[in-house]
Amino acid sequence: MITAKVNQNQALKTAKSGRKIRAKNTAIGWSFVTIASLMICLFYFYPMVQALILSFQSGTGANLTFTGLDNYARLLKDPTFLTTVKNTVIYLVIQVPIMIILALFLSVLLNNKTLKYKGLFRTAIFLPCVTSLVAYSVIFKYLFGQDGIINIMLMKLSLISEPIQWLTDPFWAKIAIIVAITWRWTGYNMIFYLSALQNVDESIYEAAKIDGASSIQQFFKITIPMLKPIILFTSITSTIGTLQLFDEVMNITKGGPGNATMTISQYIYNLSFKYTPDFGYAATVSYAIVIMIVIFSIIQFKVAGDKNE
Amino acid sequence: MSKRIFSYTVLIIASIVSIFPFLWMIVSSTNKSVDVTKGRLLPGTHFIENLQNLLNTVDLIPALINSTKISIITTVLAMLIASLAGYGFEIFKSRTKDFLFNFLLLSMMIPFAALMVPLFRMFGTISQSVPIIGIDTKTAVILPTVTTAFLIFFFRQSTKMFPKEILEAGRIDGLTELGVFFRIYVPTMKTTYAAAAIITFMASWNSYLWPLVILQSPENQTIPLLISNLGSSYSPDFGMIMTAIVIATLPAALIFFIMQKHFVAGMMGSVK
Repeated sequence: MITAKVNQNQALKTAKSGRKIRAKNTAIGWSFVTIASLMICLFYFYPMVQALILSFQSGTGANLTFTGLDNYARLLKDPTFLTTVKNTVIYLVIQVPIMIILALFLSVLLNNKTLKYKGLFRTAIFLPCVTSLVAYSVIFKYLFGQDGIINIMLMKLSLISEPIQWLTDPFWAKIAIIVAITWRWTGYNMIFYLSALQNVDESIYEAAKIDGASSIQQFFKITIPMLKPIILFTSITSTIGTLQLFDEVMNITKGGPGNATMTISQYIYNLSFKYTPDFGYAATVSYAIVIMIVIFSIIQFKVAGDKNE
Repeated sequence: MSKRIFSYTVLIIASIVSIFPFLWMIVSSTNKSVDVTKGRLLPGTHFIENLQNLLNTVDLIPALINSTKISIITTVLAMLIASLAGYGFEIFKSRTKDFLFNFLLLSMMIPFAALMVPLFRMFGTISQSVPIIGIDTKTAVILPTVTTAFLIFFFRQSTKMFPKEILEAGRIDGLTELGVFFRIYVPTMKTTYAAAAIITFMASWNSYLWPLVILQSPENQTIPLLISNLGSSYSPDFGMIMTAIVIATLPAALIFFIMQKHFVAGMMGSVK
Protein backbone atom coordinates (compact mmCIF):
# COMPACT_ATOMS: atom_id res chain seq x y z
CA MET A 1 0.00 0.00 0.00
CA ILE A 2 2.68 2.42 1.09
CA THR A 3 4.99 1.48 -1.78
CA ALA A 4 2.13 1.99 -4.19
CA LYS A 5 1.61 5.50 -2.86
CA VAL A 6 5.35 6.27 -3.11
CA ASN A 7 5.31 5.02 -6.68
CA GLN A 8 2.31 7.14 -7.44
CA ASN A 9 4.02 10.16 -5.93
CA GLN A 10 7.12 9.50 -7.92
CA ALA A 11 5.16 9.14 -11.11
CA LEU A 12 3.44 12.43 -10.36
CA LYS A 13 6.78 14.05 -9.69
CA THR A 14 8.32 12.88 -12.96
CA ALA A 15 5.24 13.97 -14.84
CA LYS A 16 5.51 17.38 -13.22
CA SER A 17 9.23 17.76 -13.89
CA GLY A 18 8.63 16.47 -17.44
CA ARG A 19 6.11 19.22 -17.93
CA LYS A 20 8.58 21.68 -16.42
CA ILE A 21 11.33 20.56 -18.79
CA ARG A 22 8.97 20.81 -21.71
CA ALA A 23 7.89 24.29 -20.64
CA LYS A 24 11.53 25.26 -20.22
CA ASN A 25 12.35 23.88 -23.67
CA THR A 26 9.48 25.82 -25.22
CA ALA A 27 10.79 28.99 -23.57
CA ILE A 28 14.32 28.33 -24.84
CA GLY A 29 13.01 27.57 -28.33
CA TRP A 30 11.08 30.80 -28.43
CA SER A 31 14.02 32.82 -27.15
CA PHE A 32 16.05 31.69 -30.18
CA VAL A 33 13.52 33.06 -32.65
CA THR A 34 12.38 36.17 -30.77
CA ILE A 35 14.91 38.78 -31.89
CA ALA A 36 14.57 37.95 -35.58
CA SER A 37 10.77 37.81 -35.41
CA LEU A 38 10.54 41.13 -33.62
CA MET A 39 12.93 42.78 -36.08
CA ILE A 40 10.90 41.56 -39.07
CA CYS A 41 7.66 42.72 -37.50
CA LEU A 42 9.18 46.10 -36.63
CA PHE A 43 10.85 46.77 -39.98
CA TYR A 44 8.50 45.02 -42.42
CA PHE A 45 5.01 44.42 -41.08
CA TYR A 46 4.65 47.48 -38.88
CA PRO A 47 5.70 49.87 -41.70
CA MET A 48 3.27 48.10 -44.04
CA VAL A 49 0.45 48.85 -41.60
CA GLN A 50 1.73 52.43 -41.31
CA ALA A 51 1.77 52.71 -45.10
CA LEU A 52 -1.81 51.50 -45.26
CA ILE A 53 -2.90 54.16 -42.76
CA LEU A 54 -0.84 56.76 -44.62
CA SER A 55 -2.51 55.86 -47.89
CA PHE A 56 -5.77 57.30 -46.55
CA GLN A 57 -4.09 60.59 -45.66
CA SER A 58 -2.92 63.52 -47.70
CA GLY A 59 -0.91 66.72 -47.26
CA THR A 60 2.64 68.00 -47.55
CA GLY A 61 5.40 66.75 -45.26
CA ALA A 62 4.21 66.15 -41.70
CA ASN A 63 0.86 67.99 -42.15
CA LEU A 64 -1.36 65.07 -42.95
CA THR A 65 -5.14 64.88 -42.77
CA PHE A 66 -7.42 61.93 -43.38
CA THR A 67 -8.97 62.13 -46.81
CA GLY A 68 -10.50 58.68 -47.09
CA LEU A 69 -10.22 57.11 -50.50
CA ASP A 70 -9.23 60.34 -52.29
CA ASN A 71 -5.67 59.09 -52.90
CA TYR A 72 -6.97 55.94 -54.55
CA ALA A 73 -9.27 57.96 -56.79
CA ARG A 74 -6.34 60.24 -57.69
CA LEU A 75 -4.23 57.17 -58.49
CA LEU A 76 -6.55 56.02 -61.26
CA LYS A 77 -6.55 59.46 -62.90
CA ASP A 78 -2.85 60.21 -62.42
CA PRO A 79 -1.18 60.09 -65.88
CA THR A 80 2.34 59.81 -64.40
CA PHE A 81 1.31 56.83 -62.29
CA LEU A 82 -0.33 55.13 -65.27
CA THR A 83 2.81 55.73 -67.34
CA THR A 84 5.03 54.23 -64.65
CA VAL A 85 2.76 51.17 -64.40
CA LYS A 86 2.87 50.79 -68.17
CA ASN A 87 6.67 51.09 -68.21
CA THR A 88 7.11 48.61 -65.37
CA VAL A 89 4.78 46.10 -67.03
CA ILE A 90 6.65 46.51 -70.33
CA TYR A 91 9.95 45.73 -68.60
CA LEU A 92 8.33 42.78 -66.92
CA VAL A 93 6.64 41.08 -69.86
CA ILE A 94 9.55 41.61 -72.23
CA GLN A 95 12.60 41.27 -70.03
CA VAL A 96 11.71 38.39 -67.69
CA PRO A 97 10.76 35.85 -70.41
CA ILE A 98 13.76 36.78 -72.60
CA MET A 99 16.11 36.41 -69.66
CA ILE A 100 14.65 33.11 -68.47
CA ILE A 101 14.71 31.55 -71.94
CA LEU A 102 18.28 32.77 -72.49
CA ALA A 103 19.38 31.44 -69.11
CA LEU A 104 17.71 28.07 -69.74
CA PHE A 105 19.29 27.83 -73.16
CA LEU A 106 22.78 28.64 -71.88
CA SER A 107 22.45 26.22 -68.97
CA VAL A 108 21.45 23.39 -71.31
CA LEU A 109 24.50 24.11 -73.49
CA LEU A 110 26.74 24.20 -70.42
CA ASN A 111 25.31 20.98 -69.03
CA ASN A 112 26.88 19.01 -71.87
CA LYS A 113 29.28 16.50 -70.26
CA THR A 114 31.77 16.57 -73.14
CA LEU A 115 32.03 20.35 -73.31
CA LYS A 116 35.48 21.83 -72.68
CA TYR A 117 36.26 25.01 -70.70
CA LYS A 118 32.91 24.66 -68.94
CA GLY A 119 34.14 26.39 -65.77
CA LEU A 120 35.52 29.28 -67.77
CA PHE A 121 32.26 29.89 -69.63
CA ARG A 122 30.25 29.57 -66.45
CA THR A 123 32.38 32.07 -64.56
CA ALA A 124 32.35 34.53 -67.47
CA ILE A 125 28.57 34.44 -67.81
CA PHE A 126 28.08 34.68 -64.04
CA LEU A 127 30.54 37.58 -63.73
CA PRO A 128 27.94 40.40 -64.20
CA CYS A 129 26.28 39.38 -60.90
CA VAL A 130 29.34 40.56 -59.00
CA THR A 131 28.78 44.19 -59.94
CA SER A 132 26.68 46.50 -57.85
CA LEU A 133 23.50 47.73 -59.49
CA VAL A 134 24.68 51.33 -59.37
CA ALA A 135 28.12 50.54 -60.80
CA TYR A 136 26.85 48.56 -63.77
CA SER A 137 24.11 51.11 -64.43
CA VAL A 138 26.66 53.92 -64.70
CA ILE A 139 28.82 51.75 -66.99
CA PHE A 140 25.83 51.02 -69.24
CA LYS A 141 24.83 54.66 -69.26
CA TYR A 142 28.18 55.49 -70.86
CA LEU A 143 28.23 52.40 -73.10
CA PHE A 144 24.87 53.54 -74.50
CA GLY A 145 25.84 57.22 -74.71
CA GLN A 146 25.33 59.04 -77.99
CA ASP A 147 29.06 58.80 -78.75
CA GLY A 148 29.38 55.74 -76.52
CA ILE A 149 31.26 52.61 -77.50
CA ILE A 150 28.12 50.73 -78.61
CA ASN A 151 27.23 53.36 -81.19
CA ILE A 152 30.88 53.58 -82.29
CA MET A 153 31.05 49.82 -82.83
CA LEU A 154 27.68 49.58 -84.57
CA MET A 155 28.75 52.34 -86.94
CA LYS A 156 32.12 50.74 -87.62
CA LEU A 157 30.32 47.52 -88.46
CA SER A 158 28.07 49.63 -90.75
CA LEU A 159 24.97 48.27 -89.04
CA ILE A 160 23.71 51.81 -88.54
CA SER A 161 24.51 54.99 -90.43
CA GLU A 162 23.96 57.46 -87.61
CA PRO A 163 24.17 57.04 -83.83
CA ILE A 164 21.10 55.63 -82.08
CA GLN A 165 19.72 57.97 -79.40
CA TRP A 166 19.79 55.20 -76.81
CA LEU A 167 19.12 57.37 -73.80
CA THR A 168 17.09 60.24 -75.22
CA ASP A 169 14.60 58.38 -77.40
CA PRO A 170 11.62 56.95 -75.47
CA PHE A 171 11.72 53.65 -77.39
CA TRP A 172 15.48 53.04 -77.39
CA ALA A 173 15.82 54.11 -73.77
CA LYS A 174 13.51 51.26 -72.76
CA ILE A 175 15.54 48.87 -74.90
CA ALA A 176 18.75 50.06 -73.25
CA ILE A 177 17.29 49.38 -69.80
CA ILE A 178 16.03 45.94 -70.83
CA VAL A 179 19.46 45.05 -72.30
CA ALA A 180 21.18 46.23 -69.12
CA ILE A 181 18.96 44.21 -66.77
CA THR A 182 19.24 41.13 -68.95
CA TRP A 183 23.05 41.45 -68.91
CA ARG A 184 23.09 41.67 -65.13
CA TRP A 185 20.73 38.81 -64.24
CA THR A 186 20.93 36.10 -66.94
CA GLY A 187 23.99 34.44 -65.41
CA TYR A 188 22.41 34.51 -61.98
CA ASN A 189 19.37 32.58 -63.17
CA MET A 190 21.53 30.29 -65.28
CA ILE A 191 23.35 29.05 -62.16
CA PHE A 192 20.03 27.93 -60.65
CA TYR A 193 19.05 25.98 -63.78
CA LEU A 194 22.51 24.49 -64.11
CA SER A 195 22.45 23.02 -60.64
CA ALA A 196 18.91 21.74 -61.15
CA LEU A 197 19.96 20.13 -64.44
CA GLN A 198 22.76 18.29 -62.69
CA ASN A 199 20.14 16.53 -60.59
CA VAL A 200 18.20 15.34 -63.66
CA ASP A 201 18.80 11.67 -64.33
CA GLU A 202 20.94 11.24 -67.45
CA SER A 203 19.08 8.04 -68.43
CA ILE A 204 15.89 9.97 -69.18
CA TYR A 205 17.69 11.77 -72.00
CA GLU A 206 19.22 8.52 -73.23
CA ALA A 207 15.81 6.89 -73.36
CA ALA A 208 14.46 9.89 -75.26
CA LYS A 209 17.34 9.68 -77.73
CA ILE A 210 16.62 6.01 -78.35
CA ASP A 211 12.99 6.92 -78.98
CA GLY A 212 14.25 9.37 -81.58
CA ALA A 213 13.54 12.68 -79.81
CA SER A 214 15.39 15.66 -81.28
CA SER A 215 17.35 18.13 -79.12
CA ILE A 216 14.52 20.61 -79.36
CA GLN A 217 11.94 18.00 -78.35
CA GLN A 218 14.17 16.94 -75.45
CA PHE A 219 14.38 20.57 -74.35
CA PHE A 220 10.62 21.15 -74.36
CA LYS A 221 9.46 17.68 -73.31
CA ILE A 222 12.08 16.84 -70.68
CA THR A 223 14.20 19.79 -69.58
CA ILE A 224 11.44 22.35 -69.10
CA PRO A 225 9.03 20.02 -67.23
CA MET A 226 11.86 18.74 -65.01
CA LEU A 227 12.96 22.26 -64.14
CA LYS A 228 9.47 23.62 -63.60
CA PRO A 229 9.75 24.27 -59.85
CA ILE A 230 13.00 26.19 -60.26
CA ILE A 231 11.67 28.11 -63.29
CA LEU A 232 8.68 29.10 -61.18
CA PHE A 233 10.97 30.19 -58.35
CA THR A 234 13.22 32.28 -60.60
CA SER A 235 10.33 33.83 -62.49
CA ILE A 236 8.68 34.89 -59.25
CA THR A 237 11.88 36.39 -57.84
CA SER A 238 12.56 38.13 -61.18
CA THR A 239 9.02 39.46 -61.27
CA ILE A 240 9.27 40.84 -57.74
CA GLY A 241 12.67 42.33 -58.64
CA THR A 242 11.42 43.96 -61.83
CA LEU A 243 8.33 45.39 -60.16
CA GLN A 244 10.68 47.11 -57.70
CA LEU A 245 13.12 48.30 -60.37
CA PHE A 246 14.83 51.47 -59.21
CA ASP A 247 18.66 51.60 -59.22
CA GLU A 248 19.08 50.99 -62.95
CA VAL A 249 16.51 53.46 -64.20
CA MET A 250 17.63 56.08 -61.70
CA ASN A 251 21.24 55.82 -62.84
CA ILE A 252 20.88 55.13 -66.57
CA THR A 253 18.11 57.49 -67.67
CA LYS A 254 16.85 59.15 -64.45
CA GLY A 255 13.41 58.09 -65.69
CA GLY A 256 13.67 60.18 -68.84
CA PRO A 257 13.21 61.22 -71.55
CA GLY A 258 10.10 62.80 -70.00
CA ASN A 259 8.74 59.91 -67.95
CA ALA A 260 9.34 57.35 -70.68
CA THR A 261 11.42 54.95 -68.57
CA MET A 262 10.26 55.86 -65.07
CA THR A 263 9.25 52.93 -62.85
CA ILE A 264 6.72 52.83 -60.01
CA SER A 265 9.48 52.67 -57.36
CA GLN A 266 11.09 55.75 -58.80
CA TYR A 267 7.77 57.58 -58.81
CA ILE A 268 7.32 56.74 -55.12
CA TYR A 269 10.82 58.06 -54.46
CA ASN A 270 10.12 61.26 -56.39
CA LEU A 271 6.77 61.80 -54.65
CA SER A 272 8.37 61.44 -51.23
CA PHE A 273 11.82 62.94 -51.56
CA LYS A 274 12.15 64.90 -54.81
CA TYR A 275 8.92 66.83 -55.33
CA THR A 276 7.13 68.51 -52.41
CA PRO A 277 6.79 65.45 -50.16
CA ASP A 278 3.36 63.85 -50.27
CA PHE A 279 3.89 60.78 -48.08
CA GLY A 280 0.22 59.85 -48.11
CA TYR A 281 -0.06 59.60 -51.86
CA ALA A 282 3.37 57.90 -52.09
CA ALA A 283 2.08 55.22 -49.71
CA THR A 284 -0.98 54.74 -51.92
CA VAL A 285 1.25 54.24 -54.95
CA SER A 286 3.37 51.77 -53.00
CA TYR A 287 0.30 49.64 -52.31
CA ALA A 288 -0.17 49.44 -56.07
CA ILE A 289 3.17 47.58 -56.28
CA VAL A 290 2.17 45.26 -53.44
CA ILE A 291 -1.08 44.42 -55.22
CA MET A 292 0.76 43.84 -58.52
CA ILE A 293 3.25 41.50 -56.82
CA VAL A 294 0.42 39.49 -55.31
CA ILE A 295 -1.46 39.30 -58.64
CA PHE A 296 1.58 38.29 -60.70
CA SER A 297 2.66 35.68 -58.13
CA ILE A 298 -0.81 34.13 -58.12
CA ILE A 299 -0.85 34.07 -61.94
CA GLN A 300 2.54 32.35 -62.03
CA PHE A 301 1.51 29.77 -59.43
CA LYS A 302 -1.71 29.12 -61.38
CA VAL A 303 0.11 28.72 -64.69
CA ALA A 304 2.65 26.34 -63.16
CA GLY A 305 0.00 24.50 -61.15
CA ASP A 306 -2.31 23.83 -64.10
CA LYS A 307 0.41 22.08 -66.05
CA ASN A 308 1.03 19.86 -63.05
CA GLU A 309 -2.44 18.38 -63.23
CA MET B 1 29.91 18.04 -84.87
CA SER B 2 27.98 21.06 -86.14
CA LYS B 3 26.01 20.99 -82.90
CA ARG B 4 29.26 21.26 -81.00
CA ILE B 5 30.44 24.25 -83.05
CA PHE B 6 27.06 25.86 -82.44
CA SER B 7 27.39 25.35 -78.66
CA TYR B 8 30.87 26.84 -78.57
CA THR B 9 29.88 29.81 -80.76
CA VAL B 10 26.89 30.67 -78.57
CA LEU B 11 28.87 30.28 -75.34
CA ILE B 12 31.79 32.34 -76.64
CA ILE B 13 29.46 35.15 -77.73
CA ALA B 14 27.66 35.04 -74.37
CA SER B 15 30.99 35.15 -72.54
CA ILE B 16 32.25 38.10 -74.59
CA VAL B 17 29.04 40.03 -74.04
CA SER B 18 29.25 39.30 -70.31
CA ILE B 19 32.88 40.32 -69.98
CA PHE B 20 32.96 43.30 -72.36
CA PRO B 21 31.55 45.96 -69.98
CA PHE B 22 34.16 44.88 -67.39
CA LEU B 23 36.99 45.10 -69.88
CA TRP B 24 35.73 48.49 -71.02
CA MET B 25 35.56 49.67 -67.41
CA ILE B 26 39.10 48.51 -66.62
CA VAL B 27 40.58 49.80 -69.88
CA SER B 28 38.79 53.15 -69.51
CA SER B 29 40.14 53.59 -65.99
CA THR B 30 43.62 53.68 -67.52
CA ASN B 31 42.75 56.17 -70.25
CA LYS B 32 42.13 59.90 -70.49
CA SER B 33 38.51 60.96 -70.75
CA VAL B 34 39.00 62.22 -74.33
CA ASP B 35 40.36 58.87 -75.46
CA VAL B 36 37.44 57.05 -73.83
CA THR B 37 34.95 59.12 -75.85
CA LYS B 38 36.94 58.34 -79.00
CA GLY B 39 36.28 54.66 -78.32
CA ARG B 40 39.81 53.63 -77.35
CA LEU B 41 39.84 49.96 -76.32
CA LEU B 42 43.53 49.60 -75.51
CA PRO B 43 44.91 49.99 -72.00
CA GLY B 44 46.58 53.34 -71.36
CA THR B 45 48.94 54.77 -68.77
CA HIS B 46 46.70 57.28 -67.02
CA PHE B 47 45.40 55.17 -64.13
CA ILE B 48 47.43 56.99 -61.45
CA GLU B 49 46.41 60.36 -62.90
CA ASN B 50 42.73 59.32 -62.87
CA LEU B 51 43.10 58.10 -59.30
CA GLN B 52 44.65 61.39 -58.18
CA ASN B 53 41.85 63.32 -59.90
CA LEU B 54 39.33 61.12 -58.16
CA LEU B 55 40.89 61.62 -54.72
CA ASN B 56 40.98 65.38 -55.30
CA THR B 57 37.38 65.62 -56.55
CA VAL B 58 35.45 63.37 -54.15
CA ASP B 59 35.79 61.97 -50.62
CA LEU B 60 36.60 58.47 -51.79
CA ILE B 61 38.41 57.25 -48.66
CA PRO B 62 35.68 58.33 -46.18
CA ALA B 63 33.07 56.71 -48.44
CA LEU B 64 35.07 53.48 -48.54
CA ILE B 65 35.37 53.54 -44.74
CA ASN B 66 31.62 54.20 -44.34
CA SER B 67 30.68 51.38 -46.69
CA THR B 68 33.11 48.98 -45.03
CA LYS B 69 31.83 49.77 -41.52
CA ILE B 70 28.18 49.46 -42.51
CA SER B 71 28.71 46.22 -44.45
CA ILE B 72 30.76 44.52 -41.73
CA ILE B 73 28.38 45.45 -38.89
CA THR B 74 25.37 44.43 -40.99
CA THR B 75 26.95 41.09 -41.86
CA VAL B 76 27.98 40.21 -38.30
CA LEU B 77 24.58 41.13 -36.83
CA ALA B 78 22.70 39.45 -39.65
CA MET B 79 24.62 36.18 -39.18
CA LEU B 80 23.90 36.15 -35.46
CA ILE B 81 20.22 37.04 -35.63
CA ALA B 82 19.31 34.90 -38.64
CA SER B 83 21.22 31.79 -37.60
CA LEU B 84 19.80 31.88 -34.07
CA ALA B 85 16.32 32.06 -35.59
CA GLY B 86 16.92 29.49 -38.33
CA TYR B 87 18.30 27.10 -35.70
CA GLY B 88 15.44 27.82 -33.31
CA PHE B 89 12.74 27.27 -35.93
CA GLU B 90 14.22 23.92 -36.96
CA ILE B 91 15.54 22.43 -33.69
CA PHE B 92 12.66 23.57 -31.47
CA LYS B 93 10.02 22.90 -34.09
CA SER B 94 6.40 23.41 -33.07
CA ARG B 95 3.19 24.14 -34.88
CA THR B 96 2.99 27.73 -33.62
CA LYS B 97 6.59 28.37 -34.62
CA ASP B 98 6.00 26.95 -38.09
CA PHE B 99 3.05 29.27 -38.45
CA LEU B 100 5.19 32.23 -37.35
CA PHE B 101 7.94 31.15 -39.75
CA ASN B 102 5.55 31.10 -42.70
CA PHE B 103 4.22 34.46 -41.66
CA LEU B 104 7.75 35.91 -41.58
CA LEU B 105 8.37 34.53 -45.08
CA LEU B 106 5.55 36.78 -46.33
CA SER B 107 7.87 39.73 -45.72
CA MET B 108 9.89 38.59 -48.74
CA MET B 109 6.99 39.69 -50.93
CA ILE B 110 7.02 43.23 -49.55
CA PRO B 111 8.71 45.62 -51.98
CA PHE B 112 11.20 47.97 -50.40
CA ALA B 113 9.61 50.91 -52.20
CA ALA B 114 6.54 50.36 -50.03
CA LEU B 115 8.62 50.37 -46.86
CA MET B 116 10.83 53.37 -47.44
CA VAL B 117 8.30 56.10 -46.69
CA PRO B 118 7.04 54.65 -43.37
CA LEU B 119 10.60 53.70 -42.39
CA PHE B 120 11.83 57.20 -43.16
CA ARG B 121 9.06 58.67 -41.01
CA MET B 122 9.79 56.16 -38.26
CA PHE B 123 13.45 57.18 -38.12
CA GLY B 124 12.35 60.80 -38.33
CA THR B 125 10.35 60.32 -35.13
CA ILE B 126 13.26 58.51 -33.47
CA SER B 127 15.59 61.38 -34.49
CA GLN B 128 13.66 63.80 -32.33
CA SER B 129 14.41 61.90 -29.12
CA VAL B 130 17.50 59.81 -29.92
CA PRO B 131 19.40 61.55 -32.73
CA ILE B 132 22.24 59.01 -32.75
CA ILE B 133 20.03 56.29 -34.23
CA GLY B 134 17.84 58.63 -36.31
CA ILE B 135 18.02 60.01 -39.84
CA ASP B 136 21.49 60.39 -41.36
CA THR B 137 23.19 57.80 -39.13
CA LYS B 138 24.82 54.46 -39.87
CA THR B 139 22.50 52.78 -37.36
CA ALA B 140 19.51 53.88 -39.40
CA VAL B 141 21.10 52.38 -42.51
CA ILE B 142 21.83 49.09 -40.76
CA LEU B 143 18.77 48.39 -38.56
CA PRO B 144 16.01 47.84 -41.16
CA THR B 145 18.18 45.72 -43.46
CA VAL B 146 19.88 43.49 -40.91
CA THR B 147 17.14 40.87 -40.54
CA THR B 148 15.75 39.26 -43.66
CA ALA B 149 13.33 36.38 -43.89
CA PHE B 150 15.49 35.03 -46.67
CA LEU B 151 18.48 34.51 -44.36
CA ILE B 152 16.34 32.89 -41.65
CA PHE B 153 14.93 30.58 -44.29
CA PHE B 154 18.43 29.89 -45.57
CA PHE B 155 19.73 28.92 -42.13
CA ARG B 156 16.68 26.80 -41.39
CA GLN B 157 17.09 24.90 -44.65
CA SER B 158 20.75 24.22 -43.86
CA THR B 159 19.91 23.14 -40.31
CA LYS B 160 17.63 20.40 -41.72
CA MET B 161 20.74 18.46 -42.80
CA PHE B 162 22.45 18.98 -39.43
CA PRO B 163 23.11 15.76 -37.46
CA LYS B 164 20.97 16.40 -34.37
CA GLU B 165 22.64 13.63 -32.29
CA ILE B 166 25.70 15.86 -31.89
CA LEU B 167 23.52 18.46 -30.19
CA GLU B 168 22.14 15.81 -27.83
CA ALA B 169 25.70 14.74 -27.00
CA GLY B 170 26.53 18.33 -26.13
CA ARG B 171 23.50 18.57 -23.83
CA ILE B 172 24.49 15.37 -22.04
CA ASP B 173 27.97 16.84 -21.58
CA GLY B 174 26.27 19.61 -19.64
CA LEU B 175 26.32 22.45 -22.17
CA THR B 176 23.51 24.99 -21.94
CA GLU B 177 21.30 25.49 -25.01
CA LEU B 178 23.28 28.61 -25.96
CA GLY B 179 26.48 26.65 -25.33
CA VAL B 180 25.29 23.91 -27.69
CA PHE B 181 24.55 26.57 -30.31
CA PHE B 182 27.84 28.45 -30.08
CA ARG B 183 30.21 25.56 -29.31
CA ILE B 184 28.74 22.88 -31.58
CA TYR B 185 26.38 24.32 -34.18
CA VAL B 186 28.32 27.43 -35.22
CA PRO B 187 31.68 25.68 -35.77
CA THR B 188 30.13 22.83 -37.80
CA MET B 189 28.14 25.21 -40.01
CA LYS B 190 31.14 27.24 -41.22
CA THR B 191 30.30 26.78 -44.91
CA THR B 192 26.72 27.93 -44.42
CA TYR B 193 27.94 30.99 -42.54
CA ALA B 194 30.47 31.72 -45.28
CA ALA B 195 27.82 31.61 -48.00
CA ALA B 196 25.34 33.67 -45.99
CA ALA B 197 28.03 36.20 -45.08
CA ILE B 198 29.06 36.75 -48.71
CA ILE B 199 25.47 37.25 -49.82
CA THR B 200 24.80 39.70 -46.97
CA PHE B 201 28.07 41.59 -47.35
CA MET B 202 27.60 42.07 -51.10
CA ALA B 203 23.99 43.15 -50.68
CA SER B 204 24.97 45.66 -48.03
CA TRP B 205 28.04 46.93 -49.91
CA ASN B 206 25.92 47.51 -53.03
CA SER B 207 22.75 48.79 -51.40
CA TYR B 208 21.56 52.08 -52.86
CA LEU B 209 17.93 53.07 -52.33
CA TRP B 210 17.74 53.02 -48.53
CA PRO B 211 21.09 54.84 -47.97
CA LEU B 212 19.95 57.37 -50.61
CA VAL B 213 16.80 58.00 -48.60
CA ILE B 214 18.19 58.00 -45.08
CA LEU B 215 21.71 59.48 -45.45
CA GLN B 216 21.90 63.19 -46.09
CA SER B 217 25.25 64.70 -45.14
CA PRO B 218 28.13 64.20 -47.62
CA GLU B 219 30.46 62.85 -44.93
CA ASN B 220 28.12 59.87 -44.42
CA GLN B 221 28.09 58.97 -48.11
CA THR B 222 28.54 55.31 -49.07
CA ILE B 223 30.25 54.05 -52.23
CA PRO B 224 27.08 53.48 -54.33
CA LEU B 225 25.90 57.02 -53.50
CA LEU B 226 29.27 58.44 -54.48
CA ILE B 227 29.29 56.58 -57.79
CA SER B 228 25.73 57.55 -58.54
CA ASN B 229 26.64 61.21 -57.95
CA LEU B 230 29.71 60.94 -60.16
CA GLY B 231 27.65 59.26 -62.86
CA SER B 232 25.08 62.05 -62.97
CA SER B 233 27.63 64.87 -63.43
CA TYR B 234 27.06 67.05 -66.48
CA SER B 235 30.59 66.98 -67.88
CA PRO B 236 31.73 63.52 -66.84
CA ASP B 237 35.43 62.66 -66.63
CA PHE B 238 35.06 59.08 -67.93
CA GLY B 239 38.54 57.92 -66.93
CA MET B 240 38.05 59.14 -63.39
CA ILE B 241 34.54 57.70 -63.01
CA MET B 242 35.64 54.31 -64.31
CA THR B 243 38.52 54.37 -61.82
CA ALA B 244 35.98 54.92 -59.05
CA ILE B 245 33.86 52.02 -60.31
CA VAL B 246 36.90 49.73 -60.56
CA ILE B 247 37.77 50.51 -56.95
CA ALA B 248 34.17 49.92 -55.83
CA THR B 249 33.75 46.69 -57.78
CA LEU B 250 37.10 45.00 -57.18
CA PRO B 251 36.65 44.16 -53.47
CA ALA B 252 33.31 42.46 -54.16
CA ALA B 253 34.73 40.72 -57.23
CA LEU B 254 37.78 39.47 -55.32
CA ILE B 255 35.71 38.18 -52.42
CA PHE B 256 33.49 36.47 -54.95
CA PHE B 257 36.36 34.74 -56.75
CA ILE B 258 38.02 33.58 -53.55
CA MET B 259 34.77 32.19 -52.19
CA GLN B 260 33.02 31.31 -55.45
CA LYS B 261 32.15 27.78 -54.33
CA HIS B 262 30.52 28.99 -51.12
CA PHE B 263 28.62 31.65 -52.99
CA VAL B 264 27.11 29.27 -55.50
CA ALA B 265 26.49 26.67 -52.77
CA GLY B 266 24.73 29.39 -50.81
CA MET B 267 22.47 30.33 -53.69
CA MET B 268 21.59 26.69 -54.22
CA GLY B 269 21.07 26.01 -50.52
CA SER B 270 18.37 28.62 -50.54
CA VAL B 271 16.34 26.71 -53.10
CA LYS B 272 16.76 23.06 -52.21
